[in-house]
Amino acid sequence: MAPYESDDTTTAGEVEEPRAGRRKAARYVVPVTVMGVAAATIGLVPALADSGDPDLPDITAAQLIDKIAQSDVERLSGTVKITTDLGLPNLGGLESGLLSGATGGEDGEGGSSADPSGRLTELASGTHTLRVAADGPDRQKLSLLENAAEYSLIHNGKDVWGYDSASNEVYHATVDEAEAEERSAQQPPATPKDFAEEALKAVDDTTSVKVDGTAQVAGRDAYRLVVEPKQSGSTVGAVSIAVDSETGMPLKFTLTPSSGGSAVVDIGFTKVSFDRPDASTFEFTPPKGAKVTEDTEQDRGHGDFGGKPERGPKSEEDLAKGFDGLRMLGEGWNSIATFDTGAGAGLPTEEEVGGDLGGFLGSLGDQVKGDFGKGTVFSTRLVNALITEDGKVYVGTVTKDALVKAAEAGK
Amino acid sequence: MSRAETVSAAVRPRPLWTLGLFRDELRTTFRRWRTLALLGVLAAVPVLVGIAVRIETGDGSSGGGGGGPAFVSQITNNGLFLVFTALAATLPFFLPMAVGVIAGDAVAGEAGAGTLRYLLVAPSGRTRLLLTKYATVMVFCLAATLTVAVSALAVGALLFPLGDLTTISGTRITFGEGLVRALLIALVVAASLLGLAALGLFVSTLTNSGVAAMATTVGLLITVQILDQIPQLHALHPYLFSHYWLSFADLMREPVHWDDLTRNLGLQALYATVFGSAAWARFTTKDVTA
Repeated sequence: MAPYESDDTTTAGEVEEPRAGRRKAARYVVPVTVMGVAAATIGLVPALADSGDPDLPDITAAQLIDKIAQSDVERLSGTVKITTDLGLPNLGGLESGLLSGATGGEDGEGGSSADPSGRLTELASGTHTLRVAADGPDRQKLSLLENAAEYSLIHNGKDVWGYDSASNEVYHATVDEAEAEERSAQQPPATPKDFAEEALKAVDDTTSVKVDGTAQVAGRDAYRLVVEPKQSGSTVGAVSIAVDSETGMPLKFTLTPSSGGSAVVDIGFTKVSFDRPDASTFEFTPPKGAKVTEDTEQDRGHGDFGGKPERGPKSEEDLAKGFDGLRMLGEGWNSIATFDTGAGAGLPTEEEVGGDLGGFLGSLGDQVKGDFGKGTVFSTRLVNALITEDGKVYVGTVTKDALVKAAEAGK
Repeated sequence: MSRAETVSAAVRPRPLWTLGLFRDELRTTFRRWRTLALLGVLAAVPVLVGIAVRIETGDGSSGGGGGGPAFVSQITNNGLFLVFTALAATLPFFLPMAVGVIAGDAVAGEAGAGTLRYLLVAPSGRTRLLLTKYATVMVFCLAATLTVAVSALAVGALLFPLGDLTTISGTRITFGEGLVRALLIALVVAASLLGLAALGLFVSTLTNSGVAAMATTVGLLITVQILDQIPQLHALHPYLFSHYWLSFADLMREPVHWDDLTRNLGLQALYATVFGSAAWARFTTKDVTA
């Protein structure tokens, strides 16, 4: 062997074979140690970051709800992570195609890929990262982060811009000042605050509300407010809202189903700042060569800012206004919406349709029997729907059994 | 080569001597026809993409419609976007393949050609030699990325207009700032390849056949890329070296979204440390017979 063959292996070591073998093995300790340390770090860092529940003065649930109501955060910027798992069958790309097709159809045309109505329905499933920025009621920005692309919705004074960087398409609408006020209230519920407000609307005597300790969210100290339905039979297990202790702004919203498992909706800031965002954030001029779709007054009204993800049970009453013959059964969290499709027959059976579609729809639901006859129950992890043979539909955030009971009582 | 004279000049390893070894390594690597051919192929990719987009949109229609590689729809309006598209198009395969060839050949190639012995006769020490080899591969990563970027910039400037550009968040930045971002992106892309470079170097110390080492490295690259596409293995994905490669596009957001970028760089550093030290463990204890 050459005398200089290594810095640290001496020729003497080479002669003694067994020791050399041990030496060889010893060197592999280095990469193994590095891997071990890395694995431990990856495992430990979230645990360490999690451990520090902040010490905050005690507060009652009523005080905390008051704090949320009085919160008037006008300036903020941050990153929001949204995870929704409604337990819908995973149809992959087909699903979003159907969703955007459904909303696009409302306008009678395919529309631009920068149109907000189609884009925000994407939030209804999977995990998404959003960026939000706001500076007063006139300037807001919401960006949906995608792979190497981004969809931005910018409201700056009179202008509302939608920009889809993947296809380089622009959507533009104008609003007058009075309408702008109203529209800002109509913004899609994308931040934990929007969802928290919806959930707190549902608070009545059928609900238990309590403060359950504190938490750290996006580096800020927060109280944890837990809202639970008192009655059994609801698919909603609990709603947990983390409220910033300083500003009273909800930072995290989690809805867990009563069936257990992972959260149905989990929306939280991963980063938040209450400083005034850079003014250039809200400035937008369509890039050269971009296809701009102008939205005229009459086209709007319906469909814009559509695609609202799951809301609290009370919002079904809003929905009720839209349907003729829609009745609400029960109260609070267990309310069930029911209406008659008037078709006389419910879901087309396989024989009637004669094709694969009937079988496909049937296979998605469960057949149930009761005093009302036969029916099909379609379930997700949050919302269940029962369609009976005679064309009645029962929908609610309640369990399958509760739906069947309601249908039997309604008979 | 000037190795003989440096050996007589310095009996004990000195920093200056290491520099000389590094310079020699660089010269040998970049003088090889193989290296030049690889860089030539990489430089040709933006030319092809540029011409294709130019022909496609020659009739005035704006391109893409959302399909194709990232940023492709913006190229017609701003040539600078060709840099981003070209990097996004070459990063999944062309760039890492070139790095795999160079890294796989680094030690095994010398062993196969029978020149490794002579390198070790010099009083440099194996650790030093290995570090020099890794540094050379790192320089190649940067050179390869810059080749793509510069070629794309040249083609973009020739075929398309240049000017202020719109970030993917919808804000506008000046052309100068765009250039700075392009350079940053090139650096991040080069850094993204360091994990694979270390893996290739480790494979290279396992065998005496340069071809076997290159084939194994490129094979591993393809395997990892396929694993990264299988949704059932999503728990594994964050640990695959190629998983965050395309996060370089986050540099085009305003403000820059650092989460995935830092994850990518951390992962590359982890791979470099683990496989770098494994390569060291193997190489410093290996019996060099050829």
